[in-house]
Parts: sequence; structure tokens; C-alpha cells
Amino acid sequence: MSDLAQKRAFALPKIKGNAIVMALYLLFLLLPIYWLLNMSLKTNTEILNSFTLWPADLTFDNYLTILTDASWYTGYLNSMAYVVMNMVISLAVALPAAYAFSRYSFMGDKHLFFWLLTNRMAPPAVFALPFFQLYSSVGLFDTHIAVALAHCLFNVPLAVWILEGFMRGVPKEIDETAYIDGYSFPRFFIRIFTPLVASGIGVTAFFLFMFSWVELLLSRTLTSVDAKPIAATMTRTVGAAGIDWGVLAAAGVLTILPGALVIYFVRNYIAKGFALGRV
Amino acid sequence: MNKTVNQKAWFLVLPVLLLVAFSAVIPLMTVVNYSVQDAFAGDFYPLDDKLEWFKQMLASERMWNALGRQVTFSVIILAIEIPLGIFVALNMPKKGFWASLCLVLMSLPLLIPWNVVGTIWQIFGRVDIGLLGYTLSALGIDYNYTQDFYAAWITVIVMDVWHWTSLVALLAYAGLQSIPDAYYQAAKIDQASRWKVFRYIELPKMMGVLMIAILLRFMDSFMIYTEPFVVTGGGPGNSTTFLSIDLVKMALGQFDLGPAAAFSIMYYLVILLISYVFYTVMTNLDKRDGH
Repeated sequence: MSDLAQKRAFALPKIKGNAIVMALYLLFLLLPIYWLLNMSLKTNTEILNSFTLWPADLTFDNYLTILTDASWYTGYLNSMAYVVMNMVISLAVALPAAYAFSRYSFMGDKHLFFWLLTNRMAPPAVFALPFFQLYSSVGLFDTHIAVALAHCLFNVPLAVWILEGFMRGVPKEIDETAYIDGYSFPRFFIRIFTPLVASGIGVTAFFLFMFSWVELLLSRTLTSVDAKPIAATMTRTVGAAGIDWGVLAAAGVLTILPGALVIYFVRNYIAKGFALGRV
Repeated sequence: MNKTVNQKAWFLVLPVLLLVAFSAVIPLMTVVNYSVQDAFAGDFYPLDDKLEWFKQMLASERMWNALGRQVTFSVIILAIEIPLGIFVALNMPKKGFWASLCLVLMSLPLLIPWNVVGTIWQIFGRVDIGLLGYTLSALGIDYNYTQDFYAAWITVIVMDVWHWTSLVALLAYAGLQSIPDAYYQAAKIDQASRWKVFRYIELPKMMGVLMIAILLRFMDSFMIYTEPFVVTGGGPGNSTTFLSIDLVKMALGQFDLGPAAAFSIMYYLVILLISYVFYTVMTNLDKRDGH
């Protein structure tokens, strides 16, 4: 205990200085978000005619507008649908691949790995038009699965990258023991190996969710009505009477919520996940 | 870990290969196809000079200007976000409730859809209804990000710092967490200064994750589209028209498919080249650490 206290005192020479730095940084992060939240709880008259630091005339009408109007809330459902599809597809193909990369060396493995990574680096702007043509020609335009598949472009490489890092941490002796005990590969993989990297899978799912949820360029290009994501729906607030600021802000706040929930569940793994399992 | 040679592992990789090939190789071939032909109303006409579009793009001042702005932007945000991220990580609580709280709050900007990030800053910076814009103009500072060159650049940069510094900080934090206590105790016995602890213990141990941070930040900033597009729309004039914005304008706005495709290919090659350098450095670091 005293050891720990000593270390802390050494590693953090000025507790106060640290707290001030963190407080300032978090203030910088939260102020713009607070402002959005603040605006979402005001009426448009209040937003435009007076400058108030908190809602003087608290209203939930903006949220009601979104939650009762189908053209609004289907946007959320569409986004959720393709994000979940993308997570399932990406994990299903990335798990065996990451296992292969972490356990075996085979012809061209290093080149293949780098080639996968290059797809994470491909600018979506380059792919927007070809994707549009590809999915139109196979009749998938404006479907959830089209967006989910398009997002695989950057999410599958990322999933392989993160999972490989986590799988390297599992000792190889476990595999060998299981094979000696007579486990077949699929049974070993599902029954023994997958539970061992469960936290890695959770972290990967989080990142897949994140990058699919925040992307707009591809999801907007590949959809028009039936699978339109919420992020694209938000442009609707520009009407004849100008921009409906209150509803726009409320829609923005609602897009932050799912992310905040997901963060809460993986909070202890976030840092390791960002390091792609490599610490 | 020493790996066994096993060619059958290809079967495990096959699904990934097929999926990524479908969503990467086919579209990329389409782009190549456009770049060496003249596309007009859905038909292709052969070019007299196969490389005409490439030559045209290489000679175009517009592309070089966009590239210049893009490089300037990426360099500036890396120069701010990497040191700031390390600094924040060094100041983060090490464990307990406060550490969790910091982690959750810091991750928040990372999970916001990119156009909402744009919207947040668009609102925040407005002189009439935004806290930032209102405060600045109340202080007598002439701030208008839609009209003024510097205001637009500063807004876009501050927005990116706001959006992504946490990523660097979280990575650096993960690196710091992996340093065994023994290192600090040894440094204490040697009476090393705070700076020397950072320079000779913390920084080398963070190197691996920092490379990932630089790689991710470089790639993503080089592809940035949505956020500046929402805030400034590439303006005033062309002053915040980065590569992706220019490309989308050219391909989907003006439908100049040939030049846009040539542009895309060169854009992709630049990213690949730089990423390859980073990747090589990273794997070498990995090897040196004995992973």
C-alpha cells in the first residue's frame, strides 16, 4: 500500500496540476456537446431571439417531433440495421482470419496482411461512385445490406487487425492441448478459443460499431429512401422557413446516445482496443 | 510467438479475402477503367492518349493546391494532437472511478457521427446562436468562419483537435499502463528527473502505440471529408477544400469521371506509399520489442 502511494506520489508529482489539466481538457470536450444538448431543449424562438446559457423555457417538443415522426425515427432504425449487419458479417469473417494470422505462417501472409490494411486506408471518396454503380448493377442499391457490405471495406481489415493482436496474447499451448484431447478445429474454435478472446471480440465489436455508425459519405451515396441513415436524414431540417435548429440539435443528441451507451459497457477495454490489442 | 508453417491457413483467410476483394478490388478496377477512357452518358470511348487524364491532373493547379492544403492540414493536426494527446495521457488518473469517468467522457467525441461533429461546430461557432462565436464577438474579435480564411482554418483545426485528440490520449494511456512499476522504482532510486523518466522510460514504452496513433491520425486526416464539408463547405472560396472534398465535387458534382478517376488513383497511391513507410517502421518496432 505504501509502495503504491509512493509510486503515485512519484509518477504524479502534482496531483492538483493533473486535475486542472484534465478538467480543462474535459471542459473543452464537453462544452460543444453541452451546447447542442442545451439547444435541443429550447424552442426555436428562444434559440434565435435570446442568448441563454441554459434553457429558460425547457421543452421536449424537439425530441417528440423526432420520436413520433416516422420519417425521422426510421433513420435511426436504418442506421442500427446496417451497423448490426456489418458487425455480424465483419466478425464472422475476421475471426478465423485473425486466428490464421496469429497462429500460422503461410505463403504471402505478410503481403496479405498489408493489403488488408491498405483497405482501411482507402479514402471513401474514391470508392463512393464505383460502389454506387456496383450495388446498383446488382440490384442492392438502397438496401441495408449494401451499406453493411460497403462498410466492410474498412471494418473487416480493422477487425482482423485488432483480433490478431488479442489472439497473439493467448498461449499456443492451449490449442495444442485441445487437439491432443481430440477436439476438432471448429469445436475447439467455438467452445474453447472464442471464450478466451471474448474481451477482444467485445472491443472489436465496439470499433466496428463506431466506424460504421459515424460514417456518412458511403451510407449516403448508397441509399435514397428505404435505407437512409439518420445522419443523412438530418439535412432535412433545412426547410422553407430556414433551419429548424431545435430539431436538428435534438437529432444530433440522439445520435450521440447509442455511442455513449456502448462506451459505458467497454470502458475498461477502450484503451487496449484503440491500441489494437498491442500493449 | 513462433508460428507453424501451415498452408491450409489460407482457407481460414479465404472469406476475408473474397469479401474484401468484392468491396475493394471490383470498385478499384472500375476507377482504373474510368481513368484510361472517356466516359460519356454511360458509354466508353477510347482515349487517343491512354494517360491523358493523368497528365491533365498532374498539370492541374487545382489538384496541387488541394494536395498542398491537405498536407498542411495533416501536418498541423498531427503536430497539435500527438503532443497534446501524450500530455493529456500523462495527466490522466491511473485507476479507479476517476480513470473510468475520464475514459468514458474522452471517448465521447469519437463516437459521434462525423456530420454531427460538423453540425456541432457549425452551431458552436455561429456568432448569433453559438457559444464560441457569440463569446468571441462579444470580446470584440471579428470571427466569421464562412467568410474569413483564417477563421475557417482555425475552426476546422480546432474541430479536428476536439474530435481526435482523445484517440491519441487513449493510445498513449494504454502504453503508459503497460509500464511495470519496477521501472519507476528504479528511476526513483537513480533519482531521475521527471523529464528523464518521460524521455527514457515512458516515451520508449509508448513508441509502439504512438506509431499506431500517428498512422491512424495521418490516414484519417488525409481522407477527411464530412466534417469540414458540413462546417465550411470547402470555403471561403476554396480555402478549406481538401482532397476528398475536391474529389467528390469533381466526380459527383461535375461528373468529370475520367479526371476524377485519375485523381482517385494518384490520391490512393500517395496514401499507400506513406502508409507503407509507417507500417514498415511499426513492424520493425514490434520486432525489436520482441512481440
